[in-house]
Amino acid sequence: MAKRIELKNVNVFYGDFRAVDDVTLDIEPRTVTAFIGPSGCGKSTLLRTLNRMHEVIPGAFVEGKVMMDGRNLYGADVDPVEVRRQVGMVFQRPNPFPTMSIRDNVLAGYKLNNSRVSKGDADSVVEKSLKHANLWKEVKDRLDKPGGGLSGGQQQRLCIARAIAVEPEVLLMDEPTSALDPISTLAIEDLVSELKKDYTIVIVTHNMQQAGRISDKTAFFNIAGTGEPGKLIEFDETATIFSNPNEKMTEDYISGRFG
Amino acid sequence: MQRPTVRLNRWFLPLLAAASFGISSIVVTIPMASAPGDFNFVGAAALGVVIYAILSFLITLIAQGPRVAQDRMMTTLVLVAFGIAVIPLVSLISTVVTLGLARFDGEFFGSSMRNVVGEGGGALHAIIGTLEITALAALISIPVGLLTAIYLVEYGRGRLARSVTALVDVMTGIPSIVAGLFAFSVFALFLGPGIRMGFAGAVALSVLMTPVVVRSSEEMLRIVPMELREASYALGVPKWLTVLKVVLPTAVAGLVTGIMISIARVIGETAPLLIVAGFTQSMNYNPFSERMMTLPVFVYYSYASQGADTQSYIDRAWAGALTLIVIVMVLNLGARIISRIARPHTSR
Repeated sequence: MAKRIELKNVNVFYGDFRAVDDVTLDIEPRTVTAFIGPSGCGKSTLLRTLNRMHEVIPGAFVEGKVMMDGRNLYGADVDPVEVRRQVGMVFQRPNPFPTMSIRDNVLAGYKLNNSRVSKGDADSVVEKSLKHANLWKEVKDRLDKPGGGLSGGQQQRLCIARAIAVEPEVLLMDEPTSALDPISTLAIEDLVSELKKDYTIVIVTHNMQQAGRISDKTAFFNIAGTGEPGKLIEFDETATIFSNPNEKMTEDYISGRFG
Repeated sequence: MQRPTVRLNRWFLPLLAAASFGISSIVVTIPMASAPGDFNFVGAAALGVVIYAILSFLITLIAQGPRVAQDRMMTTLVLVAFGIAVIPLVSLISTVVTLGLARFDGEFFGSSMRNVVGEGGGALHAIIGTLEITALAALISIPVGLLTAIYLVEYGRGRLARSVTALVDVMTGIPSIVAGLFAFSVFALFLGPGIRMGFAGAVALSVLMTPVVVRSSEEMLRIVPMELREASYALGVPKWLTVLKVVLPTAVAGLVTGIMISIARVIGETAPLLIVAGFTQSMNYNPFSERMMTLPVFVYYSYASQGADTQSYIDRAWAGALTLIVIVMVLNLGARIISRIARPHTSR
């Protein structure tokens, strides 16, 4: 499963606006990589290029190469739909499908794609994914109830269950805990450490303690000013970034002098 | 400084309202002593509202202070505005029901006007015509309108989408008589002059209905959160399946309501049907040949060309109007039931 991702000279655009400037970095399989930086520095934008979700926005496009196990995701012969089946994503705000039950939400990756799954297989996928997402105990008696009826933290874990139910190779998380309380946040952080055994995880976070707690490597992004593109300032082991960064800018950000 | 707060008894306001209307009734009755006539309900109600508004404001001002008094004043104003808005509706429905019930009977729903010159007769031919023509119009407009809305919201970019939107706006403003003339000239072009058939009426109605379907469906699809589409894309679901299985089910309640409003919009159309569907006294089940009666046209003709027995024509006109209102209400009720069943379940 888990794959290596290499970004080579990636530039990301919204129409004429260059949002991310010339990023090159390697993401190892079975690690957690955190993207940190001030708002608007392009870390979410860069994350969304890893499963070709960026181009969903009209006028948005990407230059450069994103290699996944040696294959360029932006090659001419690559179908973005195929990419997204291999790279799961969890969003900032929990977004379960309101028309579906909890069970159907977990199975959404199969049901929406019209894949046939036998009832037994479906049951085991639902149980496994929900257990993996640490939600099984709370919802096992009400799988047929609507997913929108859960609390915010539960909804977010439901979204994680939905993302891992299709067994992607990489899991992208865009500030998955920013809308959650500390207890739900802790549950999700534990979950990330657990999921690391099977998946390559890239997480965007505004919470530096969180990046310090759960990630193996950290990438720090910054912008020179509004209207300027975001740049990768430093990418290193999380321990190094937080204790002994090479760049002055990183140190200033980590220590709370700006941002 | 703490103002002493006095709580008014909960019967105070209803009693004050009753007293206000009592006073206004007496005031209105006084002139009747010199000039006898009917009791002036409208005058009494208007005067009563004014008395109530002033009294409740002043008493609250003294007892509870200016903030509560202003709140009460505004509440009264909002209720009065609501009352004024409802009066025409209540008046219309009560008029139609009282006058329409005279002929709201089995014969009315069981027979046509064939060979009827005086009493009796019915509107079965018009009811059938209205239902068939409206159903055909809906059959044309709903797919076209819904697909256009999907195109505009999910796929449309640039000049083409902008011109489609502009054209839909223009279509919304087409006078219904023009739609009727358009359908008539199109059918006359192919099938010869003097052509009359129910289907042509359906085409005319669909010209009026399609823009309404597009507009309302577009609004409903736009309020489906982008996050749901992204959630679906992120699972590797192609765009068309996302539209089909995420966007449409999420918006279905609003779509159904919009479609029902558009049906209600065209079911009462008279002018275009007068031109292309024509006018007949007999049953005609086939919308593809011969003239076809519809309820609005039936009402219009019953009223406009009253025969020797005037009253029975007028009674039939009112019964036709009542039938039309009942059909629209049943459709609305159906729409509400459908959207309640299909509504996304978000309640805890």
